[in-house]
Amino acid sequence: MTRTFKEQIIKRVFFLFACVSVLILGLIVAFLFREGLPIFGIVSVREFLFGHEWYPTFDPPSFGIWPLIVGSFIVTFFATLIAVPLGVLSAIYISEIAPPAIKEIAKPVIELLAGLPSVVLGFFGMVVLAPWLQDTFDLPTGLNIVNASIMLALMAIPTISSISEDALYSVPREFKEASYALGATTSETILRVIVPSALSGISTAVILGMARAIGETMVVLMVAGGAAAVPESLFDSVRPMPASIAAEMGEAPFRSDHYHALFATGIVLFFLTLAFNLVADYISHKFKEVGSGTL
Amino acid sequence: MQTATPHASVRWRYIKQHLFFAVVRLSAALIALALGGLLVYIFLHGREAISWSFLTLPPTDSMTKGGIMPAIIGTFYLTLGAIAVALPLGIMSAIYLSEYARQGPVVRIIRIGVNCLAGVPSIVFGLFGLGLFVVFLQFGSCILSGALTLGVLILPTIIGASEEALKAVPQTFREASLALGVSKWQTIFRIVLPNALPGILTGSILGIGRAAGETAPIMFTAAAFYTVKLPSSIFDEVMALPFHIYVLATAGTHIEATRPIQYGTVLVLVALVLGVDLIAILIRSYIRKRKRW
Amino acid sequence: MEDKVIIRTKNVNFFYGGFKALTDISMDFQSRHVTALIGPSGCGKSTLLRLLNRMNDLIDGTRVEGQVLFEGVDIYDPKVDPVDIRRRIGMVFQKPNPFPKSIFNNITYGPKLAGMTRRSDLEELTEWSLKQAVLWDEVKDILGQSAMMLSGGQQQRLCIARALAMKPDVLLMDEPTSALDPISTAKIEELIQDLKKQYTIIIVTHNMQQAARVSDKTGFFYLGKLIEYDETETIFTRPHVRQTEDYITGRFG
Repeated sequence: MTRTFKEQIIKRVFFLFACVSVLILGLIVAFLFREGLPIFGIVSVREFLFGHEWYPTFDPPSFGIWPLIVGSFIVTFFATLIAVPLGVLSAIYISEIAPPAIKEIAKPVIELLAGLPSVVLGFFGMVVLAPWLQDTFDLPTGLNIVNASIMLALMAIPTISSISEDALYSVPREFKEASYALGATTSETILRVIVPSALSGISTAVILGMARAIGETMVVLMVAGGAAAVPESLFDSVRPMPASIAAEMGEAPFRSDHYHALFATGIVLFFLTLAFNLVADYISHKFKEVGSGTL
Repeated sequence: MQTATPHASVRWRYIKQHLFFAVVRLSAALIALALGGLLVYIFLHGREAISWSFLTLPPTDSMTKGGIMPAIIGTFYLTLGAIAVALPLGIMSAIYLSEYARQGPVVRIIRIGVNCLAGVPSIVFGLFGLGLFVVFLQFGSCILSGALTLGVLILPTIIGASEEALKAVPQTFREASLALGVSKWQTIFRIVLPNALPGILTGSILGIGRAAGETAPIMFTAAAFYTVKLPSSIFDEVMALPFHIYVLATAGTHIEATRPIQYGTVLVLVALVLGVDLIAILIRSYIRKRKRW
Repeated sequence: MEDKVIIRTKNVNFFYGGFKALTDISMDFQSRHVTALIGPSGCGKSTLLRLLNRMNDLIDGTRVEGQVLFEGVDIYDPKVDPVDIRRRIGMVFQKPNPFPKSIFNNITYGPKLAGMTRRSDLEELTEWSLKQAVLWDEVKDILGQSAMMLSGGQQQRLCIARALAMKPDVLLMDEPTSALDPISTAKIEELIQDLKKQYTIIIVTHNMQQAARVSDKTGFFYLGKLIEYDETETIFTRPHVRQTEDYITGRFG
């Protein structure tokens, strides 16, 4: 009896540790709210989210993060536009077309590149891409939407490629063989059989890549230019939410309205990425159920 | 006519195939070129700055000269602290998920929690660390706060790697042990964990790489622009490599003058992070190949 | 002594989730006999075997009804610790599954965790169990080497020795020779004949000749039911049920 009791205790202890992740998620929400909610005593939620003026240090200040939200979405959108085709096509290359030697090297290399620190990408965008853009297109600054989107895409591509490749790789051989046996060419097999079978895995990859891009701080902080206004052209500067938080938190006086407003921006960012992740989780979970159901 | 049609269609199909392959190859080449070019560029420009004194001396002349030793040390401490926090927590969580958990709503919630934690933006971790460790627990901006924040950040990586390693231990080992009348936790500690440990550790090295490269989470919780002396306790602020790059490249009055130092620091950081990751990946592929079960 | 019943199942039903894998199994297993369980794949014979030392506990969503009495005690009673049961009812699996440890540490793994600590005791036990499993002469000089270096047949005999080192009363064998070559199989069968002098052996097998060669009693299972259970000789020469005869003569399965 004592042994079963001991087993139960041990199991409970492990369970508590497993709950730590959920607990931390709860703590993140709690502390974001604790430090962020006071701003809504000054401005309404509507004014905060949809106000077009972000002048936190003016007198009187205005706390409308709409330009920051637009900035976040716009760079994420264009980054996705670049990263998804390149990421998925390169995954197809690695999984289906590449000769075995390249395949063996490409997979770990992509994983390696997914670990490239984002400050390095931001730095590269700043010192290499920005001057080039500025000279080539004769712009006032090379730190703009185009630059941020390209660097964010470079950051998201390894993630998208690596997860898509996993999805493509796990398509059962039988599907492929069945397609070839019916006289389909390699490209037809890839496009009609393999990619559709891996579609939910690829979708997960895309959403996770987008979540990474929208939450990424250093790249947008260093290369998006930092203008807190709704942009009118692709060569305008923007100030996505993470950049705003990172750049201003150091100067915002402790527990000032500005400080609270930055935490509140964090709340928006947190729930935005949470939504992305829940969707990704839902898709991959559904995928698993379907996968086991069909086999 | 009847024989010509299939031939034409087959030819057209092969033309389409060639087009498709060309697009795919082009994409792969473009990515390889962009990311490869980036690395080569950083290497070529950073190489000149690297010297023994660059790695072992503190900055001098308001950071326009000297080395980056304090930032290396700071990154080392922060990373070490992060892994010390995340490794035990992560392994324990993974053991529960892999060995004890049965399918059900509670486990589903835990898994969603881990996945969502993995997706929390790094700047939000920074805010969290600021709110909890720096302000609420009054640690201030210091190694402890930064290490805890980074530890939380890499926790999902460690859990994922550990769970994968635990799952890779064959079920027959567990059965053999249990059939000998060995209790479950003894089976876990004597058989499952020792066999999973190499996998857990290599997976965790990837977490080290992540912790070492992150900037946003330590901006408000640990990192200092410049410290006169090396940290003497976990309640001191530290310099860190990624933050050093950011500060030199964006702030201050000597942005152009410190360019070589910036490139040098970038190269050191890249070499450090990719080097650590590379080691993990190599060990992992070695383990996978060597496994006999 | 000869006819003492050591394990008795009473009206056992077993479910994997909603699927009923065993229906109303009542069987007596006699001490120091070899009992073979035969039947086509998926008939429930392995499920029954794993039920006898509560190995099915490890699978999610399973449920047992009825009683499994081991020396008169219901092993599914909540007060009974499965760990104690498994110490007294050993098991050998389909595929040899030595731990990636030395031969010595494989044998002493269970006894050490059960509290045996003296080196000399452990060495003595190792020799004893390896001799019981007729492996001692082959490995006595390489006890420190990894068990993974042994051949498949040797690994399986090591697993038998490892189970015997716990000094169990009963040895459950789940198709112990299905992954082995004919020569190793013959060695294991010979070993089973030796071991039944001291142990109760219950063996699941796919191989009907094997059942006929090694067992005293045989139970034939089909679709989760015990169709016929009798002396092995009776089962193989004049079965009472048509299905048994069909299976034995190779008409299905």
